[in-house]
Amino acid sequence: MTTKTITPAAAPAAAPAPGRGNRKQARRNTLIGWTFILPNFLGFLAFTLIPVLAAFALSFMEWTSFSAPKWVGLANFQRMLASDSFWVALRNTVVYAIGHVPLTMALALLLAMLLNRKLKGIGFFRVAIFFPYITSLVAVAVVWNMLFSPDSGPINQFLHTIGIANAPGWTSSSDWALPAVIITSVWRDMGYYMVLYLAGLQAIPSELYEAAEVDGASAWQRFWNVTIPSLRPTTFFVVVMLTVSSFKVFDLIVVMTNGGPGRSTTVLSQLIYQEGIGEGKFGYSSAISLVLFLIVLTVTVLQFKIQQRRER
Amino acid sequence: MTNMAEDLKAEAPFLGPSAPAAEDRRRTERRRSPREQKKRTTDVVIYAVLAVLVVALMVPFIWMVSSSLKENNQVLTVPIQWIPSEFVWSNYTDIWTRIPMMGYLQNSLYLAVIITCLQVLTGSLAAYGFSKVRFPGRDVLFLAYIGTIAVPWQAYMVPQYIMMQNLGLTNSFNALILLQAFGAFGVFLMRQYYMTIPDELCEAARIDGLSEYGIWARVILPLSKPALASLALLTFVNTWNDYMGPFIYLTSNRLWTVQLGLRSFVGQFDAEYAMIMTGSVISVIPILAIFLLGQRYFIQGIATSGMKG
Repeated sequence: MTTKTITPAAAPAAAPAPGRGNRKQARRNTLIGWTFILPNFLGFLAFTLIPVLAAFALSFMEWTSFSAPKWVGLANFQRMLASDSFWVALRNTVVYAIGHVPLTMALALLLAMLLNRKLKGIGFFRVAIFFPYITSLVAVAVVWNMLFSPDSGPINQFLHTIGIANAPGWTSSSDWALPAVIITSVWRDMGYYMVLYLAGLQAIPSELYEAAEVDGASAWQRFWNVTIPSLRPTTFFVVVMLTVSSFKVFDLIVVMTNGGPGRSTTVLSQLIYQEGIGEGKFGYSSAISLVLFLIVLTVTVLQFKIQQRRER
Repeated sequence: MTNMAEDLKAEAPFLGPSAPAAEDRRRTERRRSPREQKKRTTDVVIYAVLAVLVVALMVPFIWMVSSSLKENNQVLTVPIQWIPSEFVWSNYTDIWTRIPMMGYLQNSLYLAVIITCLQVLTGSLAAYGFSKVRFPGRDVLFLAYIGTIAVPWQAYMVPQYIMMQNLGLTNSFNALILLQAFGAFGVFLMRQYYMTIPDELCEAARIDGLSEYGIWARVILPLSKPALASLALLTFVNTWNDYMGPFIYLTSNRLWTVQLGLRSFVGQFDAEYAMIMTGSVISVIPILAIFLLGQRYFIQGIATSGMKG
């Protein structure tokens, strides 16, 4: 964005400078600017911004579908910390994130590096690998559920043929249900992050690689000393997006396991849904929402700080 | 299917330095011509690796299509039958009478079209205000937009739900349209693109006497077709695939989308494997068609929103 000095009469949108004529100009600009933004802003204000702010306030209130809202301070949070189902959901969400984020990132980068070359028909491979990301989630969940069938599902049949006798029970076992969900989500998401990494890789000037090669750096050294540092902004974005999406995972879990067996795959968003919309405990569920938001925020800020320190 | 590398490069403003970089790479390759033989061998290896990888990653789709053409008791067999011994095409005719699939498809289409139109229109208007008109408070307002992108939707879905309940809009399409048509993401994506259009173009148009609305309609919109296409396609696919929104807001069967319909079918008849796969294939086909028509815009849109801004 550049600030240009042009004759004000010809450039109503230029930066306002002091003076009476310009003040009128600035007012006109404000009016014009708002007319552009307003159609979107009205919807955004009513259905996003106000609910976001309301969620904060609600978490300090006792409000159910049967009673009027009442200020209760930190009572919701105390109840949450004492609740077993909160800790189970939090643990499952964190385990999911710990599995989903690094796996997706590593595979996406690997795929991007494989696909970042000029070959005939490379576009086909990129498209094919990206496609799972835009496939309907319900279809994905349903297909993977069958692939994971313990007795005659293709995955366990494959495991049997390579000599694994005690193949896991996947979605029917409380130990293996979460890994099954993680595998499915990694498969679905990696194409999307592959595209982000591909864009990042294509922005690395090839001079850097040539210079490294002249200096006698091996392919491995070039990867660690040229590729990885140059991709840092992309990686930052990828980690933040992946973390946020991991902590809000919902659809996949609901359709694949619906939180079970038992509570082995219940996650925070599901708890918010059950308590808030299912049982009408608006205040209590907002308190859980606030925790979810704070976790996401902390991870984002932490990533941002690490990124900044490295750049210095 | 066109080469995506070419497409990525064709949009120079999206990827800035990538085009000259690719140019350099080509020159380097020419200089290294003695190594060409070695390069060819590497290419063959890469093709082989990619082919195996893609087939492995496509297994769920192959399985889905193959199972949708089988008898029920042949879906989960030991050993796996990849090609049905007998193609059961009747699955694709029976499903329309087993569940109101046509109604579900219509509902999904209706929602996706309305939400996409509104999102693209209001998003591109707001993006013009945020990138080409200067007024006090603009950047703070934009920050509020960006800020809410980082807040998980789950964190405010309960207040949204209470609001919709009070407006009497639960169990109606209007609730979903109002919630999804004014997203901050669309504004963000379009603004990122508008920032790459030089301000000089707008200034020239102003000197020619065009109003700001005229500039938006006649200068900026024609120039931003790729970004508009990206936003439209991404919004359409997201709405089509959305499960949680319809799950919360649409309770009567006649309002259900494809995703809800399919899920309920699975819940009711969980042993009808073949028919479930048929439904899954039908729910994916529209997305596949749209994706094949506009794949370059998906990739560009994602690459743009990933650029820092």
